[in-house]
Amino acid sequence: MAGNIKIRAKSSNGVTTVKALMSHEMETGLRKDKATGEPIPAHFIQEVTGKWNDQVVMTAFWSGGVSKNPYLSFKFNGGEKGESVEISWVDNQGQSESGTAEIS
Amino acid sequence: MIDAKRRTLLKGSLGASAIGIAVSAGLLTPGTVLANWPKAAFAATETDAALNDLLGSASTETSDQVKIKAPDIAENGAVVPVTVESDVAGAKSIAIIAAGNGTPLIASFDLGADAIPFVSTRIKMAKTADVIAVVQTESGLLSAAKPVKVTIGGCGG
Repeated sequence: MAGNIKIRAKSSNGVTTVKALMSHEMETGLRKDKATGEPIPAHFIQEVTGKWNDQVVMTAFWSGGVSKNPYLSFKFNGGEKGESVEISWVDNQGQSESGTAEIS
Repeated sequence: MIDAKRRTLLKGSLGASAIGIAVSAGLLTPGTVLANWPKAAFAATETDAALNDLLGSASTETSDQVKIKAPDIAENGAVVPVTVESDVAGAKSIAIIAAGNGTPLIASFDLGADAIPFVSTRIKMAKTADVIAVVQTESGLLSAAKPVKVTIGGCGG
């Protein structure tokens, strides 16, 4: 279920733009299995943390209302080419994933 | 003596299997409770209640300093791209709300000191409704809304 996080971070005029694509079902818990009629358990990312050089830039709290295989973009002041950006998430079942990228 | 031991063994194995069942049923999943995750706000079924739980107030002021970008018509409610941007100074957080959803609060973004008030993501919408962005500042809550027509809902099964 959990896959890697694709991250792009680009610096331009002193501003770094981060774009990330996560791999997750983002199941709300409201859907039912069409074959069995059983509810599909909720399984979604609850918290996403974006760091630049190990310092937290943005923390996102999500519900199951964020689309499957979530896309997230955010921006911050600063960031030089070659510095690192890290994105990590934790879901409601305690699974987690993180990934890093170099600012280009 | 033998009977007593057997009883203990039975009790022990029963207890262990009960815990096993509870874990597999998701009742004892480790790490389910994240300290900062605003559970009540996400469970709220009304926009105002969600904002009260999340930010302590539901009195928002419509502002052109908050810009929300979303399609006029979403052919697929399961994937609606939303971008929120603001030029207001000292923005602390950004919330995204789909007013027509059963639980309207979709996401809340806490902005660190270096963050620029800009977030972009993709959300699910159950039906045609306003997408509302609320930016929390030192002096209050600023908001903007954008109606999105949804032709196929994205929350049902």
